[in-house]
Parts: sequence; structure tokens; C-alpha cells
Amino acid sequence: MFEKIWNNHVIFSEEGKPSILYIDLHLVHEVTSPQAFEGLRMNGRKVRRPDLTFATMDHNVPTKDRFNISDPISKQQVDTLTENCREFGVKLYDLNTIDQGVVHVMGPELGLTHPGKTIVCGDSHTSTHGAFGALAFGIGTSEVEHVLATQCLQQAKPKTMEVRFVGKRPAGITAKDLILGLIAKYGTDFATGYVIEYTGEAIRGLTMEERMTVCNMSIEGGARAGLIAPDETTFNYLRGREYAPQGADFDRAVEQWKALRSDEGAEYDRVVELDVDSLIPQVTWGTSPGMGTDITSAVPDPAKMATDNERKAAEKALEYMDLKPGTPMSDIPIDYVFIGSCTNGRIEDLRAAAKVASGHRVSPNVTAIVVPGSGRVKIQAEKEGLDKIFTAAGFEWREAGCSMCLAMNPDVLQPGQRCASTSNRNFEGRQGRGGRTHLVSPEMAAAAAIKGKFTDVRNWEFKSEVTA
Amino acid sequence: MQPFTKLTGLVAPVDRVNVDTDAIIPKQFLKRIERSGFGQFLFFEWRFDEQGNEISSFSLNLPRYQGAEVLISRANFGCGSSREHAPWAILDYGFRVVIAPSFADIFYNNCFKNGILPIKLSEEQVEELFQRTNAREGYKLTVDLENKRIADDAGLSIPFELDEHRRQFLLQGLDDIGLTLQHADEIAAYEAKNEARLANTF
Repeated sequence: MFEKIWNNHVIFSEEGKPSILYIDLHLVHEVTSPQAFEGLRMNGRKVRRPDLTFATMDHNVPTKDRFNISDPISKQQVDTLTENCREFGVKLYDLNTIDQGVVHVMGPELGLTHPGKTIVCGDSHTSTHGAFGALAFGIGTSEVEHVLATQCLQQAKPKTMEVRFVGKRPAGITAKDLILGLIAKYGTDFATGYVIEYTGEAIRGLTMEERMTVCNMSIEGGARAGLIAPDETTFNYLRGREYAPQGADFDRAVEQWKALRSDEGAEYDRVVELDVDSLIPQVTWGTSPGMGTDITSAVPDPAKMATDNERKAAEKALEYMDLKPGTPMSDIPIDYVFIGSCTNGRIEDLRAAAKVASGHRVSPNVTAIVVPGSGRVKIQAEKEGLDKIFTAAGFEWREAGCSMCLAMNPDVLQPGQRCASTSNRNFEGRQGRGGRTHLVSPEMAAAAAIKGKFTDVRNWEFKSEVTA
Repeated sequence: MQPFTKLTGLVAPVDRVNVDTDAIIPKQFLKRIERSGFGQFLFFEWRFDEQGNEISSFSLNLPRYQGAEVLISRANFGCGSSREHAPWAILDYGFRVVIAPSFADIFYNNCFKNGILPIKLSEEQVEELFQRTNAREGYKLTVDLENKRIADDAGLSIPFELDEHRRQFLLQGLDDIGLTLQHADEIAAYEAKNEARLANTF
């Protein structure tokens, strides 16, 4: 499948040089674009295809009083995007529109993400869009400028890897557990230099939003892109969306999209497998997404690590995380819960978390916030009464944005605070200096909020059904 | 872009695996709209405590590593976010070369756009460099991109691999947007052929 998409987009190739690849969709946000637009201005260049370029602001946006950005440098960055979009004729979904949101939630929602497209954004989690069978990857600011100016990128062809999820997904195991389990097993650089194709029965059974959760964290395994072949789930999601082909065009598009699927017996440069049958809800214990384990397990002992580098890294991580080897994961108390992000900020994520929260109360020691991935997710959730369930349980209901996934806005952990987070990175300081991040699924995060510590959501006592 | 040909520079170590771009430049410093001035924030939370005082034990704060131009570190350097602010900070701080056993893809790409040479060596070779750097104050390496070789004045001489296109790119300090625009006709032809799809009609 990767091969087909790649070949469909190479406009020039020469032995020993990177290929020039045409880009079908360029998503832009406020943090990684100002220097790119400035570069265009300095060289007297225009945006080649404003009609294939879409922007929103997400990283800096406050989730409480969103129109009042108190940090002047944040405000300048947001205002600069508005100015640049106006000057260069780029469509911007700003804070006044319901489509504003985390760029990787917004794009698919608008129907901009199609199978077979090449999609880039100055953001590593662009891999999310691979869930539709698009070749989607993150780029740096110089490349953002390159795409703005030329609608192309120079790319060396990556290798291909099949990640095969073997077996059936047990009850209580989420898409987040699939991807966290994969990275815990194979590490944070097993896929460096590769484009992943996720396959297997467990993948086929995922909804579109669950597939996005899996593909989103491809980058945490080192892959720039992770793809899932399009099928009826994909087509049903896309049908009728604003930027999806309409009417008979849609049917013709579906025929073309079906042809993208990998041929029977397609060969990959590398194949890895993950056994899904035995998966248990995942929690990370360290400062790298690969430092994860089962909720039923304990904090590992660095002394038992296989290599010197692993041992040193684990020792540093445990010191930063203030954890002792052998502590059961379910004994770790938390101070904060963040539900949201491009990994887990979609409506199904909020439904799943609300179902756990319904009828319970957030532990008095915990601050818990729910940040919808986009304005549309927020409106839908409110229509379903999820906001009421959350607030009745003691969660704070916020406005859309990236929020505490990377804490560029006012949602920041204080030093020493421990957070159960549905986001994608647990690096030192990611959610605030000295903050300690544990990555989990939305269900596990909601359950942790209520218990005040991590708990196995498979044993959860559901108090009342969420009515849709 | 400033070309890179050859330099002899002081070596500084950051002895960690998986150095991520959040560590290289924390998010609170991504809000600037310029490319310059990021060096002061490099490894900020490792260099400075919460009161803004230097953390004396962190390698880059040691007097012996001041003015370093070659950074050595461990596997999977530059993992995480795509932020080009990371190479901007590394360059602005004064480094032109980063040596590690492996690099994350996006970071690796971003280096070349900014005149930084990232060099991949084996774990053993990197370990040797760590030992030599730790053993001798003022330890320097000569990095010769023309001949793809690093060397010191004590008998060490290691060849390194680099894609030829990338090597030329750095040696000449090329503008790759300009290079792509040389193919304007092919781009226009591709667009003409695919316009229906790009316009959402099939």
C-alpha cells in the first residue's frame, strides 16, 4: 500500500537523490509555521496551493478563557498565524469557528483526510492520518516552508514494516493499550526509518477513531508514518463529510481507494507481531513511551535490565518519577488527570471515559480535566450530556485544544505532581517542569481520577449507562 | 544556509539515551516567531534549576566544555516532537556536529536544513569518544565532511557514512526549495494530470 501511494506522488526521481514527492494536503498550526511564512516573505515566494493548505491554532489555546491569552508571546504566535493566513490566502479555522481544534482531530473531522493522500504538517503526530490509509508524516519548519512554496518535499524512500496484531482484542482492552503495548515490547526506536502498516483482525475491528489512536503513536515507536488499509469502516466515516468527495464522485473515489490495499503476499522489509489475546491495560512508569507495563504488574527493577544503557535510563527515569522498583502499578497515587489530545480527545474517547466516571466522584486529592479535541467534539459531547456526567463526577469540562499534552497553554503540572494522561509522551517536563506523566487510555485515566490511584478498569463497577 | 566543510572543535558529552526534543528545548520556548536566539534555552531544564541557577553537575555547565562545537550523545537522539527549534537551539548554542549511535528521523532531517552535521557511529565507537572526552580536558575532534572522517590528535581516526546527496547539500550550503523549484514544470504537469482528484472530484 505504501508503495502505491508513494509511486502515485513521485514527480521526479533520480538515482542517488531523494525523490520529489507531491503533497496533497498540508495542515498548519501556530507553533511550527511562523518562521516558514517569514522565509516565504524574505524570498518573495507565495503559497503555491492555498487550496490544499488548512490552518488552525491549537497548541497555545487556553482551555478556560480561550479568547483571553494572557501570555503575550503565546498571543503573538496565535495572532501571527492569523496574519499569515490572511496575507497568503490560507483557510484558517480560528477560535471563532466550531471546527477549531487539535489539528489532527480537525482534519479528519472535516473530511480532509482521504485514503491515498500524502499529508504533512509541522507536527510529529501527523501520523494520525495514516489511519485512513494516507501517507502522513510530520515535518520540520524548513520543510513546512518547502511545502508552502512548492507543494512538494524531497524525501528519501523509507523502508516498510508490517506490524501484525495477532489474535482477538479482549474485553476492556483499548486501542491505546494496543499501541502502548507494542511500544513497551519493541521500544521507542524500533521503527526508525520505516513506514508501518498495521494489520490483523484486531486492527480491522477498530473504529476509525480507534485506528487514529494507534496510528497517532507510530512516531513514539520511531516511525514517521503508520498506515491502516482503508475499508468499509473508513468509507463510512468519510461519507458526507464537508471535504469528502460528494455523490457519484464519492463512489468513484471508493473504487480507487479500494485499489490502494496491499496486494496479497505483499512483502515488507521487516515484520513484527504483537499478541493481542494476552494484552492487559497499559500504564507507563518512566520518561519514555516505551517504559510501560501492565496495570497488574509492578515498577521494574533497573538492575534486571538487559543492557547498561537501559539500566542507566531506567534509573534516571525512576529517580525523576520518584518511584521504587517493585511498587505495584495499582499502588501509585496520582494528583492530576488529563483526558484529551490528538491521541485520545475524540468523541468515542470522551464517551468511554464518561461511562467509567458516571455515578462516581473524583477523588478529593485529584484535579481532573477533560479537554475535547475540537469544537465539534465538544458540541457533540454536550449534546449527549457527557459534560454533565463529567462535571457531576467532579471533572472540569474545558474548551478544545492541545492543552496539557504539552502544556504550552496555561494547563501545566506543578513540580512533583503526578498525572494520569491520555496523551502520547511522558518525557521529563513534558506536562510542566518536574511533572510526572503516566500514559494510559481514557478509561484507565477516568478510573484513576476516581480511585486516586491507578486501577484495573477491567474490574470497574459501572454505576449507570451513558445514554447517547 | 551556512556550508559545512571541516571543523576542529571542543567535544561535550550528554550521556543519555533517548534525548528527546522536549529536553533539547522545552515547550515554553517554542513561542518565539524567529529562528534565532534559542541557544540560551538549550537543555534548559537540565542546565538550570527552578530558580534559574546553573545546575553545576550538568555536563554543559562545566567550565571544561565551554565553547564546545561537537556534541556526543547516546542512541535515538532527537526523538519526539518535530520542532525544528531543537536544531535551532543546538546551532545557536554553538554546536555544528552531533555524534550518536542513532537519531530520530525528523530531527536528523532538520539538522541538514540548518547546517548541522549529525554523524551516526557504532555504539562502541561512540563509547570510545565518551571515554576520550571524559579522560582529557580540552579534548577536540576534527570533523572532515569532505573525506567523511573524524579524527583526534591521539591516533583516533574513524570514517563515517553519509548519504552523498546530503553530504553535497551541506558542503555547498544549498537552498533545497530552489532545487525543487527547478522542477516547476514537472510539478505543474503533475497538478494538471491530478487536478480532478486534488479538487475532490473523481
